Order: sequence, then structure tokens, then C-alpha cells
Amino acid sequence: MMTRTIFSGFGGQGVLSMGFTLANAAMLEGKYVTYLPSYGVEVRGGTANCTVVVSDEEIASPVASEPEFVVAMNQPSFNRFQNILSAGGLICVNASLVNTDVARSDIEVLSIPTTELAERLGTTKVANMIMLGALIKASGIISFDDMIKNLGELLGEGKAKLIKLNKEALEVGFNYVKE
Amino acid sequence: MRCHVSRSGYRGDENLKKLMSGNAALGEAAVLSGCSCYFGYPITPQNELTEYMAKRMNELGRVFIQSESEIAAINMVLGASVAGARAMTSSSSPGMSLKQEGISYLAADELPAVIVDMVRGGPGMGNISPAQSDYLQATRGGGHGDYKTIVLAPGSVQELTKVVPLAFDLADRYRNPVVILGDGMLGQMMEPVDFDNVQPPKEYPKDYILTGAKGRPSRMIRSLLFDTKEEEEHNWKLVRKYQRMEQNEVRYETFLTDDAEMIVIAYGIGARIAKGAIKRLRQENLKVGMVRPITAWPFPAAVLQEFARTVHEFFVFEMSAGQLIEDVKLALNGRGHIHFYGRPGGIIPTPVELYRIIGRHYYMASRREQS
Repeated sequence: MMTRTIFSGFGGQGVLSMGFTLANAAMLEGKYVTYLPSYGVEVRGGTANCTVVVSDEEIASPVASEPEFVVAMNQPSFNRFQNILSAGGLICVNASLVNTDVARSDIEVLSIPTTELAERLGTTKVANMIMLGALIKASGIISFDDMIKNLGELLGEGKAKLIKLNKEALEVGFNYVKE
Repeated sequence: MRCHVSRSGYRGDENLKKLMSGNAALGEAAVLSGCSCYFGYPITPQNELTEYMAKRMNELGRVFIQSESEIAAINMVLGASVAGARAMTSSSSPGMSLKQEGISYLAADELPAVIVDMVRGGPGMGNISPAQSDYLQATRGGGHGDYKTIVLAPGSVQELTKVVPLAFDLADRYRNPVVILGDGMLGQMMEPVDFDNVQPPKEYPKDYILTGAKGRPSRMIRSLLFDTKEEEEHNWKLVRKYQRMEQNEVRYETFLTDDAEMIVIAYGIGARIAKGAIKRLRQENLKVGMVRPITAWPFPAAVLQEFARTVHEFFVFEMSAGQLIEDVKLALNGRGHIHFYGRPGGIIPTPVELYRIIGRHYYMASRREQS
């Protein structure tokens, strides 16, 4: 099985780190994985995106022309990437910022009020981790339990004091999505 | 010049993979290969390599210089190589054009060096998207004069850890510049990688380097040979060296060629995309295989000639407008039928796109066989 996910949003929303965390967690699970950041001509405050491919087999291309999943943290990203989503694909939307009235009718939309949920944890900085938790619940790309177990490693050295907060954020997102 | 190798740059647990960009992994592999001097000038999409070297080479007390231009960087490589250093520079397409004069001098002076090209869309300034359009520049020498460089074309981040020490080894062994021909995608994407099998290449006796002639006869390294006879002899000497490379250094990989009725030829990222396409074609019982040159020069011509005894259909795929196909035509020399799909300008074709095109050509070919 192969899944392709595009993470998108404003620069500064933690879009690249969301993708990097997923890719890293998938690698620790022993899966094949590629992570491709957009390295185009970007401006500060502009949009950022990255593509993560997770597979049980060797990956041919790290580019996802028709991804199964999209995470859109802002309106421009939603408008742009909903168009390349595969029919029947899932788009996870930051409901705090994105209006989904114009969503295509052949895709599923999952709205997560990430900013509001993050504020309850005391900082909007973890909005991206809330979104990642929700994506994992809705997509099953990787094992959530394994990811939580590996969180220390995923966050890297010197981030030990952030493990608790990130764990909480991931769980908030994961639990927000109902079966 | 010996270098101590430290594994502290990446999280150095043995057998544990780390997610790294191709650029960073290339840098670490170069460090582990004993690269003692790196000179570079920034250009997307290879900047992370320069950035990585800036940090690591300084940590290790080795030489890192961000030069004032690509031309300066390649000439610093020449200077370091003259003094016996294991030297490297890197750039992307427009910067590679600037380096060609220096590469010609390195080849003429028979100096080892490793030069990385993370190819982007061209010609001119082009764009910063991945491309394969520097193939002919790399495989034909690139600069002026009758010379060749060995060209290694890896297709994954992990493969970089094999290719980089090999590049340094071949450069020293043949006293010749070696080009690592990547592309923006290989440089930018992250994949799991480990460095467990990276060993510094052996040290070759360097009885030609200029280290001060105290206590020994003086040496001279130069490419200016006004005497035409002397220049011709020097050229033939180089040609004999290139012939030895052609005999001994061809590297390639085959994929599902045993029963193949059509053989795809693709390299680097192109070969990866082709592999994805071929897997789909195989699910529909289309007998398609692939030859992937790992050395773009010397090109695995003999292998294709061997396949041409039994296979009639060859399909060239490249992210350029028709460069690799020239080598395939030369190798097949009129045998077989060559199909072509190329996309220049920094476009990255998808495996599905290629699957459809190869599939269509395969059916066309089988109809032709029947009629």
C-alpha cells in the first residue's frame, strides 16, 4: 500500500515539520518513505508545502500529482490543493482559517478547528501537531501508538521538555476525529 | 593528506537510518570519504550541501570556503588537488557551465577532483526544478579539448553513500575529475539513509603533487604544451586512460530484463520513475525491463549490444529533450527499434504517465511484429 500526502499552509504554521514528523515516524515503523519539501521561489509569509510518500514497497517518485491526502492549513492552500486531490481523497482542513464552501463534491473534507484546540493547550504553536494527530486517525498511514512511543526520537535531541506538550496535541487531534 | 573520520555529524547509531536530504547525505558521505577540502558557491537546488559542509568541515577542522563564484570554487579545487587534498565542489546547471573551464584544466593536468551537479531546468538561468538536461555536458567532457570525466548517476539518497566514496576513489585512481550527476529532486528529497558501509577510499601514492621540492627534484603540473607533438602525445596518453576507464569502470543495474521484450533505458531519478511504471506494466503481463546506467560515462554500451541480440524494442526515458538517446543510438548502432519519451524544462513526469506511454508503445511494437 502506498499513500501520498501533501501538507500545505503559510510559512510558519509548521507545515514542513508536520510532514517531516510523519515521514520520520513512518521510517521508524520500517516503511519506505520520501519527503520532498517545496523549494520554489517563496516569500516570507507566503505558502509552504511538502509531500510525504509512505509505502510498503520501494517508492518510484517522491512527487504526488494525485495525492490521497491533503492537509490545508490556510485558504490559498485549500483552493490550490483540493484540485489535485484524487477523486475520493481526503482533505484535512484547518477550520479556524479555511472556508470550505467551495469544496469539490467528490472528495471528503475533515474540518479541524486547530487554532481553538491549540489555544486550550496554552499555545497555538502546536496547531500543526493537532492536525497531524487528526490526519493519522482519519488516514491510518502510520500507527499512532508507535508514533507516541517514538516521540522523543522524532522531536530530536534537546526537545525533551516539549514531548509532553506535543503528545497532548497529537492526542487532542487524534481524539477529535470520531471513528 | 590524511583525515580522521568522525561519525558525529549524523545521529551515529549503527544500523539506524536517519531521514536526510540527498544534499546533506552527500555531504556526510563526502566527509566520511575523507574529503579534506570543499569549495562552493550557493545555487538552488544544491544549497543544503554547501550548508552542510560549512558546518561539518569546520567541526572537523577541515577546509571549507564559500568562494566568490563558481569559477573561483573549481579553481580552488584545482589548487587543493595540486597540493594532494581530496577536494570537492558542487553546483547546479548554470554554475556547472561556469566550472567547465576548470574541469578541462583538471583533466588536462590529470588531477583528481569530485564535482557534483544537482541538475535543474535549463538552458540559461532556466528554473530550479529537477532536470536531466546536463547529460551531454557531463558525459562529453563539457569543457574544451579532448577529455572525459567519469560520470556517476545515483538514483536515491542511499545510493549516494555508495557513489560518493566511489567517486573519490576513481578520481584518485585515475587522476581524473569525477562528476556526480544528480538532479534537484535527489538533492532536495529526504529518504532514510545510513552510512554503515561508507569507508574512506584507500590512499593512493601521490608522486606528482606539489608540496615543495626540498630534498627532491622539482615537479611541474601544467596544461600549456606549445610543442604540438608533445600535446598530441599527452592527448593520446589521456585517451589510453579513458580507454582503461571504459574497460574497467562501467557500472549499471538491470531490472526484470530476463524475459523482457522491451528494455527501458533511464538513469537517476528518471530510472526510479521508470521502475514505478514498469512495475505497473508487469502487473498487466507486459514484458518490460530496464537497464539503468550508474556510470553515464563510461556508458554501458556493451550491455545494450548484448541485449540487442534477443530484444528488438528499446525505450529511452529522460527528463531532457533527447540527450541520453544519443548514447543508446551509438550503443545499438542501428540494431533494434528505439522509442523515446523525454520531458525537458524541469517537468517531473509521473510513473502513471510513463506507464501509459510505454504501454502504448509496447502494443504498437507487438502489432508491428505480428504484421
